[in-house]
Amino acid sequence: MLYREAGQFRTTYQADQQLFPIRQDRIAVLLLLAFAFAVVPLFASEYLFRAILIPFLILALTAIGLNLLVGYCGQISLGTGAFMAVGAYAAYNFAIRVPSLNLLLVFVLAGLVATVVGVLFGTPSLRIKGFYLAVATLAAQFFIDWLFARVGWFTNYTPSGSVTAPQLNLFGWTIDSPTEKYWLVLAIVCLIALAAKNLTRSAIGRAWMATRDMDVAAEIIGIRPIYAKLSAFAVSSFFIGIGGALWAFVHLGSWEPLAFDINRSFNLLFMIIIGGLGSILGAFLGAAFITILPLFLNQLPAWLGINVSTATISHMEFMIFGALIVFFLIVEPLGLARLWTIGKEKLRLWPFPH
Amino acid sequence: MNWGFLLEVILGGLMAGVLYSLVALGFVLIYKASGVFNFAQGAMVLFAALSLVRLMEHMPFLAAFVLTLAIMVLLAIGIERLVLRPLVNQAPIILFMATIGLTYFLDGFGQTIWGSDVYQLNIGMPKEPIIMAESLVNGGILVNKEDLYAALIAAILVAGLALFFQKTATGRALRAVADDHQAAQSVGIPLNRIWVIVWAVSGIVALVAGMVWGSKLGVQFSLSLIALKALPVVILGGFESVPGAIIGGLIIGVGEKLSEVYLGPYVGGGIEYWFAYVLALLFLLVRPEGLFGEKHIDRV
Amino acid sequence: MQTRTIGEVILDIRDVSLAFGGVKALTEVSFDVREHEIRAIIGPNGAGKSSMLNVINGVYHPQRGTIAFHGVQRTQMRPHEAARQGIARTFQNIALFKGMSVLDNIMTGRNLKMSSNIFAQALYVGPALKEELRHRHKVEEIIDFLEIQSIRKTPVGRLPYGLQKRVELGRALAAEPNLLLLDEPMAGMNMEEKQDMSRFILDVNDQFGTTIVLIEHDMGVVMDLSDRVVVLDYGKKIGDGTPDEVRANQAVIDAYLGVKH
Repeated sequence: MLYREAGQFRTTYQADQQLFPIRQDRIAVLLLLAFAFAVVPLFASEYLFRAILIPFLILALTAIGLNLLVGYCGQISLGTGAFMAVGAYAAYNFAIRVPSLNLLLVFVLAGLVATVVGVLFGTPSLRIKGFYLAVATLAAQFFIDWLFARVGWFTNYTPSGSVTAPQLNLFGWTIDSPTEKYWLVLAIVCLIALAAKNLTRSAIGRAWMATRDMDVAAEIIGIRPIYAKLSAFAVSSFFIGIGGALWAFVHLGSWEPLAFDINRSFNLLFMIIIGGLGSILGAFLGAAFITILPLFLNQLPAWLGINVSTATISHMEFMIFGALIVFFLIVEPLGLARLWTIGKEKLRLWPFPH
Repeated sequence: MNWGFLLEVILGGLMAGVLYSLVALGFVLIYKASGVFNFAQGAMVLFAALSLVRLMEHMPFLAAFVLTLAIMVLLAIGIERLVLRPLVNQAPIILFMATIGLTYFLDGFGQTIWGSDVYQLNIGMPKEPIIMAESLVNGGILVNKEDLYAALIAAILVAGLALFFQKTATGRALRAVADDHQAAQSVGIPLNRIWVIVWAVSGIVALVAGMVWGSKLGVQFSLSLIALKALPVVILGGFESVPGAIIGGLIIGVGEKLSEVYLGPYVGGGIEYWFAYVLALLFLLVRPEGLFGEKHIDRV
Repeated sequence: MQTRTIGEVILDIRDVSLAFGGVKALTEVSFDVREHEIRAIIGPNGAGKSSMLNVINGVYHPQRGTIAFHGVQRTQMRPHEAARQGIARTFQNIALFKGMSVLDNIMTGRNLKMSSNIFAQALYVGPALKEELRHRHKVEEIIDFLEIQSIRKTPVGRLPYGLQKRVELGRALAAEPNLLLLDEPMAGMNMEEKQDMSRFILDVNDQFGTTIVLIEHDMGVVMDLSDRVVVLDYGKKIGDGTPDEVRANQAVIDAYLGVKH
């Protein structure tokens, strides 16, 4: 099957506005979805689900949320971990205080609480930009870290500070095997990715990108900065909050505030830089890359037959992440997603590139 | 109210503040001369302290100090070549993110080559407390001698930097670059060399901060995080202001200690963890340019 | 083609003064703009021309003086409110959204006319898509008008300067403004590009009846295009009238030849 668009004429604007205007892309995406839903559970081991697929999907979802804010709207945030924590602890409190609440509703409510907090800490963005905003979001990170560690109400006064999510139950279906968890997460991720993609190709997405590219000009052509920026904070925090709730409930099961510390924030920022700022696909690529790299680095010495301590490996991981960030910012600021697009363009013209 | 105790808290805050000011100074220097918000300043503190403490296992303090200085200068050259030069003319936010990458790299690199335990750094600073002002306050005020030395070292460093900026040709060039990159370039000031110099100077400031701090708390990874407190300090003081960095540091040092002592017990303690940031956040809402910063007008 | 008739005063600027700190950018400037006319603002560099445009669309707020648009006197209006009232503009240094395609840039100009809520937009199919398509039709008309069909999907950053200027005009037109502010629309263009741009400006004025205020340095262009000209020098108005009147004005001649007052 060749990757060609010859003979596919888009005669209406509606056809031109499709998510995947090229037929081969549509087929590929459908195949990928079928593969992810139906084929993966047939062969995937428990390790693959628990250590790779489930964390990858949840981080991809969260990275999408962050990318809407940073990549699309140009507002930097170093408080992602905190907004995830808000989602996680909100979900925990809804779930244990109102046990009859539907699980999906718990996640949505958790997202909404994160939205409120995100907008609150996003308001300084109306007056300040760039690294000033970064410091404001760091304030959110440190304050919220402290809040969940020190204020007992949020953890239901658990003496150890570590809380455990209740059993996952959806319309009478108990979700406890890795496969079931994977399905749940995959379905939510697909929905959110679609919603995010739709937003970015609508008026609101254009308002975000305009604000990112040139905020003064955006305001002059009629985009209210308060609306563009706060809506980006709101939507982004909503997704990040859901990501946090899923991370806590589905991936971790039990957790402490440390699970959402500043390193989580950096981790997610790195995902979107490496994956591609301003790209939904990039969030997936970056999440995959950053989920798999540490696993790979841990295995590497064994494969090479060298003996390296785990501490050294984790320091090497820091080094490699740091170097990769600088490398990507220099060589391809639009990340892996951009490389993917370039590859596709080449393929479209292959084998006659002129 | 126990005035002696209050004074002690304030003094303790001022001492901690001096250390914040030291790190903040590094931020301000780099920001002024290159417009880069160097998130890696804290990582540089850790890296310098680690280098110093590990080298001191093999040589006397002075030799280790000089060697670490050389390492920081080499680091500055490396950063200019490998990070700043390829990213010249990029949006400030891209450079900022690059310095976050640099932070990770330095944290990892430092611990890979120097190790990641807690190292005691003994540079001969006296540790015993002294009691001051007995005639003024009942019972006197308990002060750590070490803190006094730290403040002294910081003061010497600031004075030295001020002299360097005001009296040397390089200092004048730096100020010219800070005012206007293009104009400075057009009169023949080599931008690349200036960058190396400011990053090297910031590296030296980081070394001093790491040395003082490390001898107080031990050299360990958390230095990198504590040094992040310098971020709210520069927000408070204004990105481009050296006096702002110093006064901002003192305000945050004192505020943090006071709030911890008098407010902490009511909310479960640990306020120090976020006090500086939340203060900076409130400040951003009221006076985004900081205490000593200049207001910028958006041009269309 | 509609033959245009100059109408009533739609923009009335009275005694506007603007200063940054101690620097006076504008001093007691008054002039008016009539419906459907092309009004030029000229003057040497630093005369306060761009500041004047910035005052008109709310980027700067003058310390003194009044501005009335369609008879309504404004107080502290923000730029996006000016846009909502029908004031659009282009910029001296191109201010396109570099990360977006030509089509998206121009579509953004229509954002203020779009009203789907965020949930409809997240769903996309349904009302949001309908609205999107309706505006796409309008945008395609503008693309046809400006003859940029072949580059509609190109990221604007890749376009040559002249085309970028044209896209920027398209973005301003997308808002269907009644007052269009053009800040040096022909700066840095070659002869051919200037002719194209002049034609577009005249066509916009003629076909859509848009009132235009423009800043331009090329005197030939100004004299050809505009109905009336305001001359600024050091933030003060030194001349106002038809191109011929302004050309004959001694103060204007002095300002341009650099005679000391």
